[in-house]
Amino acid sequence: MAFLDLSHLEKSFGNNRVVKDFSLPVEKGEFVSFLGPSGCGKTTVLRMVAGFETPTAGKILIDGQDVTNLRPNQRNIGMVFQAYALFPNLTVAQNVGFGLKVAGVARAEIDKRVTEMLRLIGLPDKGPSYPFQLSGGQQQRVALARALAPRPRVLLLDEPLSALDAKIRVSLRAEIREIQRELGITTVFVTHDQEEALSISDRIVVMNGGIADQVGTPFEIYNRPTTRFVAGFVGTLNLIEAVAGPTGTAKIGDATVLLPEGHNQAPGGKLTLALRPEGLHLGHGRDVVLPATVTGVEFMGSVIRVDLTAMGTKFSLDTFNRPDAPPPKAGDETQVTFAARDLIVLAD
Amino acid sequence: MSLWTRITGWMVLLFGLGYFLLPLLGLFEFSLKARRGVYSLDAYAKVIGDPEFQATFAYSVMMALVTIIIGVLIVVPTAFWVRLKMPWARPYVEFITLLPLVIPAIVIVFGYIRLYNTSSFLPLTGTILGTNILLAMGYTVLALPYMYRAVDTGLRTIDVGTLTEAAQSLGAGWFTILGKIILPNVLVAVLSGAFLTFAIVIGEFTLAALLDRPAFGPYLQRIGANKPYEPFALSVIAFGITWACMGLIQLVTRFSKHTKAAS
Repeated sequence: MAFLDLSHLEKSFGNNRVVKDFSLPVEKGEFVSFLGPSGCGKTTVLRMVAGFETPTAGKILIDGQDVTNLRPNQRNIGMVFQAYALFPNLTVAQNVGFGLKVAGVARAEIDKRVTEMLRLIGLPDKGPSYPFQLSGGQQQRVALARALAPRPRVLLLDEPLSALDAKIRVSLRAEIREIQRELGITTVFVTHDQEEALSISDRIVVMNGGIADQVGTPFEIYNRPTTRFVAGFVGTLNLIEAVAGPTGTAKIGDATVLLPEGHNQAPGGKLTLALRPEGLHLGHGRDVVLPATVTGVEFMGSVIRVDLTAMGTKFSLDTFNRPDAPPPKAGDETQVTFAARDLIVLAD
Repeated sequence: MSLWTRITGWMVLLFGLGYFLLPLLGLFEFSLKARRGVYSLDAYAKVIGDPEFQATFAYSVMMALVTIIIGVLIVVPTAFWVRLKMPWARPYVEFITLLPLVIPAIVIVFGYIRLYNTSSFLPLTGTILGTNILLAMGYTVLALPYMYRAVDTGLRTIDVGTLTEAAQSLGAGWFTILGKIILPNVLVAVLSGAFLTFAIVIGEFTLAALLDRPAFGPYLQRIGANKPYEPFALSVIAFGITWACMGLIQLVTRFSKHTKAAS
């Protein structure tokens, strides 16, 4: 049985169903991210796990215990908020020790645990400081230490990096992952940032309109999206309209390609295929070759993004920067090529 | 800024200061004229040495403290709950808290006397303790607009919802959240409300006089009707108390280190 088991969760606010039949088993020590646009229901699911929202239907089990109707303060769940939510009247040490004090832990034990936690987050000398004396990144680290200090069964992270600047966000997410691995704590992370979710998670739940559109590892979500929404939301995508051919083939322009295994559409039907920018190459030599016109070039350092039109459709192509091979220029006539195995067949 | 603008600014400031300070200076000057021909503090000495002054002042201070405690116990949880769970009720609660400003104290006290007289279901006016409780309740009502506004303003400066949820996720119950997180973070606002309450209670006349309690307000009125210089000395003392309260609010705000914004 899963350590955290969300079973057929539903949540409605009035007539508005924001979470629809959401089920997800999370294993002990797993790091799961909820990824989706604003209003997709990811935070509502997290808040139901925390106990701040009561599900309209469904169950939440933690380690076999039904916590669906328990109050938030009875669940032993740690939570980190987007806005840090450090108590302004308490010092960093008092903030970190707050949960332990509430639980009636002895003074000496609190001091020991607080020291341990502050060392874990790399702020061993900030105990006497007040939250306002810390930077945003430091405050969020303290919030993490505070959530972890009482040794919660589950750690919930509600967009904890959104309020930070880009550089700190990248370093802190690595730290969060390292600490999570070290402590082996089951973690649910809510984000709308796909890069964050892809880089940090064991599994990603892509949410759309209150349902889990796809659940999978970052590799699966990125490379094998099963719906048009997931394919479009995670990463950049080129959409290719094709016509289904006999025995698992499709016709793209003049070329006939063999679709990835398991896709057998009725011949003559319309198909939407997708291709990541890194699956498209300048030149020829792969299964499909299309004449194209360069419409723009974006230099992004190690990668160059080339925008083109082929078959009347816009495409984006990513290629590594090579100092000995300057990129094409807008207006250049060229060819693009791709392998059929890189195609993603999208379900609507 | 041009010279003319600067001069105009100073003139407006001096006019304002003169408008407020000259009557006070006149009051103060007159209070020093108890001894013929020279300035003296005789009126102040007489007033402060009067046992009735001491008794009424001590009584009003005690009543002010009780009023502040009742006010904090009623207003802080109410304002907190309205902000957290019932934001739709805020306009209604604000309207109710403003009622004491439009309903005269005399109406309130006659209502009390009618409701709680010796032949009523709760005869509070039948005993001294009961009447004191009634007076404290009345003072709480009179101070409600100031206390509620001060606390509500304080709550607006913190993220009540997130702080509450953070404390809940750490295992805290409602009493811990209110006592250890919310109240300390709005302490400056609560103290502002408390000092305003103190100033109101110290000078209040209607409730105390009609409930026949030995408070400072009726004493002020009595002295004013019968003595020449002492009422002016008392007025200066009353102003002093109010200003001291204002000063304390400023002092508390300045020394509240955790509320300083990060620079």
